[in-house]
Amino acid sequence: MSTAALAVPAARSNSFARTLRIFLTEARFEFVRLLRTRAFSLAVIGFPVIFYLFFGLIMNRGEHVGSVSIAKYMLGSYAVFGMVGAALFGIGGGLASEFSTGWLELKRASPMPPFAYLVAKCCSAAAFGLVIVSILTLMAITIAHVSITLPEYAQMMALTLVGTIPFACLGMVIALLVPSNATPGVINMVYLPMSFCGGLWMPIMLLPHWLQKFALVLPTYHLSQLVLGCFGYATAGSPLSHWLGLLGFTLVMLGVAAIAYRRLEQNS
Amino acid sequence: MSAVLGPIQSTPFTTNSPVVASLSHITKRYANGVLALDDLSLTLHRGEIVALLGPNGAGKSTAVKLLMGLSAPTSGAVRIFDADPRHATTRLRTGVMLQVGKAPEMLRVREHINIFRGYYPDPMPYADLVRAAGLEGIESRMFGQLSGGQKQRVLFALALAGDPDLVFLDEPTVGLDIEARRGMWAEIRSLAARGKTVLLTTHYLEEADALAHRIIVINKGRVICEGTPAEVKSLGAATTGASTSRTLKIIRCVTDLSQTILLAIPGVTAAEVSGNLTSISSTEPERSLRELLALDPNLHSLEVQSPALEDAFLALTGN
Repeated sequence: MSTAALAVPAARSNSFARTLRIFLTEARFEFVRLLRTRAFSLAVIGFPVIFYLFFGLIMNRGEHVGSVSIAKYMLGSYAVFGMVGAALFGIGGGLASEFSTGWLELKRASPMPPFAYLVAKCCSAAAFGLVIVSILTLMAITIAHVSITLPEYAQMMALTLVGTIPFACLGMVIALLVPSNATPGVINMVYLPMSFCGGLWMPIMLLPHWLQKFALVLPTYHLSQLVLGCFGYATAGSPLSHWLGLLGFTLVMLGVAAIAYRRLEQNS
Repeated sequence: MSAVLGPIQSTPFTTNSPVVASLSHITKRYANGVLALDDLSLTLHRGEIVALLGPNGAGKSTAVKLLMGLSAPTSGAVRIFDADPRHATTRLRTGVMLQVGKAPEMLRVREHINIFRGYYPDPMPYADLVRAAGLEGIESRMFGQLSGGQKQRVLFALALAGDPDLVFLDEPTVGLDIEARRGMWAEIRSLAARGKTVLLTTHYLEEADALAHRIIVINKGRVICEGTPAEVKSLGAATTGASTSRTLKIIRCVTDLSQTILLAIPGVTAAEVSGNLTSISSTEPERSLRELLALDPNLHSLEVQSPALEDAFLALTGN
């Protein structure tokens, strides 16, 4: 007991350090957990890699439309496809099951700052996003000899970190609204149409006119235009309009999540 | 330390120990209209083990969640260490074991424990926790690979990770084998011996009987009775119709005698046939037995028992 008594004052003065350590530990083990969950890590990394390999590299290797390299254009859109998948499944899937099993409740009863839980989930999804975008970039450079400058790569990385947030919020909403055993299915039902309609599989200008209008409400569209903007390939809207689009979507999702959470709590 | 080894339920210290937690006049109505708790009050004193007993849906888990600040009461006050249970400093002094379906499966036992230890400035030493929860040898396993009882023991370790002064255990020994259950009982007793307060809910009535200083029986969100296990048993006996609980015995046997004949036997207050076994409550067991044996020479499989807590419990909560 004497050692414990001695440790108390030191621990008190370091309460900020302890809080920081809790955030880091939560994030680290959330990432480890996702990495070990093969159903998640293989699918989330594998799908964009395979899609990009087929549609971006094998089908369109070295092709250009005007001055636009198709392999490079598709790097931008499949990078978004990859980071969105990591965010939706990383947060939606994990949160839904941890909510339904009561694990989240045990965490809330502990002295863990509740924010640490969400930040850990968000950071882990963003880390997966960084890995996916890096792999795709490496494939583009080595297989299709696409030239990516360091600033372009750095901009993509930064957009991955920020771009994870709106989709993390969407994943949270799905996890709160849908029963946990249906969550993966519902995420796919949102993820895949949203990717197509946002122009991630096919350039947005090739889609029917009414779909191009509809894309304005899709965060996938705004994020992909921002990423394509890194290469000078953005086709529509100003960067500001895309940032506002993402911000608006995020706020709406946070609002819905707050209402859904309150409703669940009252009936728990 | 003798309290740890001996039967502790008779230790009458609860009145002079300071109050560490209280629910006062709590009503909890969920948004869907269900009334979970109805003017429920209870207090927990330092160093005592209190068992919250009640049938499913009685409001036990709701009471634990209110005490942990996980949900807010419709009316009434919750105080833990004279503070709000949701306060961060309160949480540093409490630990809880909830009925969790599963913890993240792809983390190792060691990782789970150390994550929770990290929440507290002054956690219980890792080795002590592993010993207390009986997790030696499975520390490197993934949570998902554990058996039900092992999972339960990990959750017990998480509840104790911060070396808390107040521990809530919601059905702690579900799925444990006898040896593991005894081990957890010993740990719970040693917590109380060190001045910690334990509130446990349980379906195992023998567990409440063996472990608790005080039992609070609740049903439909209300406290039905409260007292030492001995007091609760005698209260239950009183409601079964026995005038003096001391002499009430339960006689179990296989007999062909009908219920009407049995009820006419002197001393018999109740008779119940389930399957081929007959249970008879008697306030004058010796007299009833003499009569019984005389009436049915083929009577066999005879057992005479003192009313268990279970009988008291059923009498108090039942119909």
